[in-house]
Amino acid sequence: MAKYLLLKHYRGAPAAVNDVPMDRWTPEEVSAHIQYMRDFADRLEKSGEFVDGQALSPEGTFVRYDGEGRPPVTDGPFAETKDLIAGWMVIDVDTYERAVELAGELSAAPGAGGRPIHEWLELRPFLVETPPTITE
Amino acid sequence: MDEALLRSLTPSVLTVLVRRGADFAAAEDAVQDALVEAVRVWPADPPRDPKGWLITVAWRRFLDATRADAARRRREDVVEVEPAPGPAPEHDDTLQLYFLCAHPSLTPSSAVALTLRAVGGLTTRQIAQAYLVPEATMAQRISRAKRTVSGVRFEQPGDVATVLRVLYLVFNEGYSGDVDLAAEAIRLTRQLAATFDHPEVAGLLALMLLHHARRAGRTAPDGGLVPLAEQDRGRWDTAAIAEGVVILQAALARDRLGEFQAQAAIAALHADAPTAAETDWVQIVEWYDELVRLTDSPVVRLNRAVAVGEADGPRAGLSALAELHDTLPRHAAVAAYLHERDGNLATAARLYAEAARQASHVAERDYLTRQAARLNTLGAR
Repeated sequence: MAKYLLLKHYRGAPAAVNDVPMDRWTPEEVSAHIQYMRDFADRLEKSGEFVDGQALSPEGTFVRYDGEGRPPVTDGPFAETKDLIAGWMVIDVDTYERAVELAGELSAAPGAGGRPIHEWLELRPFLVETPPTITE
Repeated sequence: MDEALLRSLTPSVLTVLVRRGADFAAAEDAVQDALVEAVRVWPADPPRDPKGWLITVAWRRFLDATRADAARRRREDVVEVEPAPGPAPEHDDTLQLYFLCAHPSLTPSSAVALTLRAVGGLTTRQIAQAYLVPEATMAQRISRAKRTVSGVRFEQPGDVATVLRVLYLVFNEGYSGDVDLAAEAIRLTRQLAATFDHPEVAGLLALMLLHHARRAGRTAPDGGLVPLAEQDRGRWDTAAIAEGVVILQAALARDRLGEFQAQAAIAALHADAPTAAETDWVQIVEWYDELVRLTDSPVVRLNRAVAVGEADGPRAGLSALAELHDTLPRHAAVAAYLHERDGNLATAARLYAEAARQASHVAERDYLTRQAARLNTLGAR
C-alpha cells in the first residue's frame, strides 16, 4: 500500500523509442493514444489502484517573492528549461513491482504508426506523512 | 448514538446472515445498508435490542435485493434461487469472518479494506479517507476483494497469522485521516482476542496497546517526531501500558512464543523504564535474539544492532551493523546514530543527510535533516 507518482515529461526524460512529435501523427493515431490513456485510467479505477491523474499545459510561469510590500516577480516561460512536466498519474499499489508494471503499461501507449511510444516515465514514491507506529 | 456499539455488532450480524444462507457479498452490502439506516433512525428511536434490529433490517434488505435481482433474472429466463431463511445460530462465527477477510488470495491492501468494512463496520468513504484514495477507487477495491473470496467456503479453517498481519498493517498505518486506524486496529484485535484464545493474538494486542500508550509522547507540538529517548514519559498512557503488560504476561506464561509476543516484550521493557537511561538494554538484546530466531528478518537485525549499541557500546553496535547490507531501509540512520555515539561527528552528519534522502516518511526525513544540520552546525564552530 504505497502511493507512486507517474510523471510524464514533455522534455527532460531520455528519448522514447518511437520518438515522433504528436503533431506529426495521423488524427486517428492521436485519438487512439487518448483512448488508450482513458482506458488505462478506467482499468486502474476498477482495480482499486487509481488516485489521481492530471495533464498540464506546457506554458508555465516562474514566480518568486520580491521582498516585503512588493508584488511577486514573474518570469518565463523559458524555452531552455531542461525539464518540463506534461502530466501525472497517482496510483496506490501493494508493491513497487506493481508500480513498475503499471508504468510499463502506460509507456506502451500507441503513438506514430499505431506502435507503442516506449516513452520513459518517471516513477516517484510518495513520502508518507507519519512513519509507522512500530519502528524500533 | 453509540457508533462504537453499532460497529461492534457488525461482524455478528453479518455472520448471522451468512449462516442463514445469504451469499457473503450480498449479505455484506445488506449489513452496510442496515448500519446506515441505524445511524438515521436510532437517535430518535433507539431499539431495545440493537442486534436484533440490525439483523431484521439487514435480512429484509438482503431479501429485497435478492428479489429484485431474481426478478431481473426471471426476465432473462434464469431460474430463481431464494435462500432459505433459518434461525440465527448462537455460536460465534466472528473468527470465520476475520479469516475470510484476510484470506491469502487477497492482496494486503484489499484484505485491509475488506476487514475494515465487513468486520469493522466502517463505510467505504471512511476507509477511502483514511487511506487517502478516492471513494470510487476504494469501492472498487472492496468489491474486487469480495469477488475474490466469493468461492471460499465460510466455514473453511484459516490461519490466524494472516489475520494478525492484516490487523498489524491497519495499526501501523497510524492516524492520518478522520478515522483513527490505530484505535480501530486495537478494537478489532481486542474483539478477536475475546473470541479466539491464542497467545499471538494476545501478543499483538499487547504490542498495539504498548505502542499506542506512547502516542502522545511521540509527536512534538509542531508535529515533529520525538525519538523514544527524548520523549516525555509523563505523557505516556499508564493505564494502556498496565493493560498491555498484563495481557503480555498471561500470553508469555503459556510458553508458545511468537514474533508479536517478542515484539511486545521489547515494547514493555521500554515502557517499564522510568527514564531512557534506565532502559534494560541487555534484556532487550535477548528479546531481539529471540526475534531473529523467529523471523530471520533483516529489519529485526537492524533494530538489534541499535540495541547492541546501547547495551555494549557503539563499537559493538557498529560491528553488528557491519554484518548487514547497507541497502536496508534505515541502515544509514542507524549507522549515523551509532557513529555519533562513537564520536565520529563528521561521518555521522554525512550519514544523517544520506538517511534523510532515503527516508520514506516526511516526519522521519525532517527529523534526520535536523540531526544532520545540528552536527554540521557543531562542526562549523
